[in-house]
Amino acid sequence: MLELRSVSARYGSFQALFDVSLDVRAGEAVAVLGPNGAGKTTLLRVISGLLPVAAGELTMEGRSLLDLPPHRIIETGIAHVLENRRLFPRMSVEENLKMGAFIRGARARFRERLDVVYELFPRMAERRDQFAGTLSGGEQQMCAIGRALMSGPKILLMDEPSAGLAPVIVEQVFGLVDRLRGEGYTVLIVEQNVQQVLQLVDRAYLLEVGSIKTSGSAAELAADETLRRAYIGI
Amino acid sequence: MVFDIYLLEAIINGLLLGGVLALLALGLNLIFGVIDVVWISYAELVMAGMYGVYWLYAFFGVPLVLAALIAIFGVAVLGFLVHYLVISPILGKPPINQLLATGGLLFFLQSFATLLFGVEFRNIGLRLPVIELWDMYFSFARILAFAAALIGMVSLYVFLKRTFMGTAIRAVAQDREIMATMGVNTRQVYLITSAIGGGLAGLAAGLLVLQYDVHPAVGLSFGPITFMICVLGGLGNLLGGFVAAFIMSQFISIGGFYLDLEWGYVIAFVFFIVMMFLRPQGILGRRG
Ligand SMILES: Nc1ncnc2c1ncn2[C@@H]1O[C@H](COP(=O)(O)OP(=O)(O)OP(=O)(O)O)[C@@H](O)[C@H]1O
Ligand SMILES: [Mg+2]
Repeated sequence: MLELRSVSARYGSFQALFDVSLDVRAGEAVAVLGPNGAGKTTLLRVISGLLPVAAGELTMEGRSLLDLPPHRIIETGIAHVLENRRLFPRMSVEENLKMGAFIRGARARFRERLDVVYELFPRMAERRDQFAGTLSGGEQQMCAIGRALMSGPKILLMDEPSAGLAPVIVEQVFGLVDRLRGEGYTVLIVEQNVQQVLQLVDRAYLLEVGSIKTSGSAAELAADETLRRAYIGI
Repeated sequence: MVFDIYLLEAIINGLLLGGVLALLALGLNLIFGVIDVVWISYAELVMAGMYGVYWLYAFFGVPLVLAALIAIFGVAVLGFLVHYLVISPILGKPPINQLLATGGLLFFLQSFATLLFGVEFRNIGLRLPVIELWDMYFSFARILAFAAALIGMVSLYVFLKRTFMGTAIRAVAQDREIMATMGVNTRQVYLITSAIGGGLAGLAAGLLVLQYDVHPAVGLSFGPITFMICVLGGLGNLLGGFVAAFIMSQFISIGGFYLDLEWGYVIAFVFFIVMMFLRPQGILGRRG
């Protein structure tokens, strides 16, 4: 479904990604793991068009994304749940969800999808008129995921959805990701909770200083000695 | 103290003045909040609109309402062009460059108006009635201006609140960097916002031309006060600007009642300066 071939990306003169190749097949859940500053966020930003591809090829369902302006990429079915959630703090929960349905194809189905999101997150229905900035961390994450779902995407890019949340809430977030998979969404997830995320995904990539170090099935990576020592600490 | 009907008259006149000032502040605030650029030349767009109405009405006999609608549309196009030609190439440049560019535009528009119309004060020559109510006198032009300004502001509010594009405009003001992930083309949002800002200036022009003469420097008589109102309310804060417009107009009107009109302005400016010491971020401003 989503394919990167030797993708490089840079912030000015600083190169953040080197020849990254990665693919996600329809229906799969794939994790990108790696230490702080490895370029995980950068990778997702490149896919959703927030950062241009400096070199390489990027395709969604066989179609190149390189000639699309950034705001058209979501139309191909890619929705990005941003790092740190990035809700509009002084807009209500419902207005945040409305922004998720901004694209032409999604506007007509706004009400319908709003119901779906409210059913998925009853808490969001209770807080629909509240400013997003006043929600708890877990609620904000629900709202951010809900906003991404509003465009009716095929693949969800999730950047550390469990960051900064209490362990119980982290469990809930992972449970939710699992549920979304069950509903047919393809997921590309960046996580620091290595152990937990490896129980959730089919495959994973390990990114270090902007390059893919290893990749394999979740089981293979969970058994990988270096990965265990570096990130799981057991 | 005996109830003073003339004071009440001054307060109501202040309210009427506040409506038009709020309309002016709204346009400038919207553009600043969304695009993060101060259009120093905003009042010069109003001046252009006033000439437009004057020209259409007094020269070509176009009915006033139609002339005002054409002015709204024309200044909206002008606002669009200001963004497209002047602002867009310097977005992300240091604020001082942006200030110089829109300041340059101010002189350009003033000189252009002088070239076309000369420096004379021109009046559309329409005499609107004065309305008497329990010994108080209100100019019909002011009441009309207040009502139309209110309608303009409410329409904008509904647009910003209800539509997808309106919501996106407000969203850009909160987090412009992530808009592409929601399918929003910020460039398009900026152009639409600039056109709306221009349209509001056009509406204000149609209302001010009923009360004031138009001349190339007419922008200077309400540009500074508009800017002060925006800063007082919290630059970029639409509600703050709205509230601040009515506060300033009361200072002007009540001050003018007890002393004279010039003093009304002086008191309003002093209040502004004092407030800048007490609350530099503005009445409803967030940034500290
Ligand atoms: N806007 C930017 N300008 C310049 N350099 C940046 C920018 N954003 C990130 N970088 C650099 O790019 C590299 C990768 O950053 P990135 O945010 O992708 O890492 P990450 O793997 O997501 O880290 P974390 O786990 O902390 O979120 C880092 O060295 C970072 O300093
Ligand atoms: Mg990151």
